[in-house]
Amino acid sequence: MTLWTAILLACAATYLTKLAGYAVPARWLQNPRMARVAGAITVALLSALTVMNAFAAGTALVLDARLAALGVAALALWLRLPFLLVVVLGAAAAGLVRWWG
Amino acid sequence: MNPSPPTMRPATWTPAIRMGLSISVATGLYGISFGALAVAAGLTVWQAMALSLLMFTGGSQFAFIGVIAGGGAGSAALGAAALLGVRNAVYGMQLNAMFAPTGWRKAVAAQLTIDESAATAAGQTAPDEQRRGFWTAGLGVFVLWNLFTLLGAVLGDALGDPRRWGLDGAAVAAFLALLWPRLQQCEPVALAVLCGVVTALAVPLLPPGLPILLAAVVGAAWGWWVRSPDAPSVREEAAP
Repeated sequence: MTLWTAILLACAATYLTKLAGYAVPARWLQNPRMARVAGAITVALLSALTVMNAFAAGTALVLDARLAALGVAALALWLRLPFLLVVVLGAAAAGLVRWWG
Repeated sequence: MNPSPPTMRPATWTPAIRMGLSISVATGLYGISFGALAVAAGLTVWQAMALSLLMFTGGSQFAFIGVIAGGGAGSAALGAAALLGVRNAVYGMQLNAMFAPTGWRKAVAAQLTIDESAATAAGQTAPDEQRRGFWTAGLGVFVLWNLFTLLGAVLGDALGDPRRWGLDGAAVAAFLALLWPRLQQCEPVALAVLCGVVTALAVPLLPPGLPILLAAVVGAAWGWWVRSPDAPSVREEAAP
């Protein structure tokens, strides 16, 4: 599969997924078990993405400047700083650690 | 409350429109990081733009280039992006129940269905405001996200390795910031820790992209079997 094929297939898959939501009767959401599954998948994916982005380098786990980004972002979120500032501080932390290192 | 319909003049903007615009700016600017990281992952500027225009769902886009950057196959990138996009179907169901767009509006609304537009709509109570919030945030993020993706992809070449500027740190911070509001109770914290550990353990053992899918399966099983009185409803999750 070429990169372009993968990109276009992935775009089609995500668009059809979005469209499928509008085709589903609203009462399905009122099933509490399905609502729990959807909520749990979202938490699981975001947690996995955070860990992947902070520690993964290919198939290896590494500790590098991204650890500083994770720590600074957690502190900023705990201080209830806005989303954009959290992202900027995360980038600044990783950039500064690399610059000094 | 607001007798005349909203126009382009800021004085006529309702709270939903203001919230939609601020979310558009906060999220749209972040497109520069996606554009730069996509080019660093080996995509062309056109491929980065195709993802922002046609896929248009940040989590899936970052997952896609993340797998490619890690040396993963296109099929693994496709799988990670498609699975991460599943939550948009849940948002679509909610939005359909709120203001049921029809015809071409449904086709456009589907493409604009993302975390931010769904959250802006869910943050309003009046049906008119839910509709305005959705369209303002959806269109606003779409325009800015694509403009800044282009800027990031073009500058990415000039900037060299975006890691030098800490843009990989920006991705870490953004995913943690998206996760953070969902960690108000013990149960989602336990689930997040479990999935983080599962992911870390799976990274050296599985091809790139698959650890995220494994975490999703763990999450689905958790949602199906673990009963907890403080489990959040989908509606609460979508709140900003």
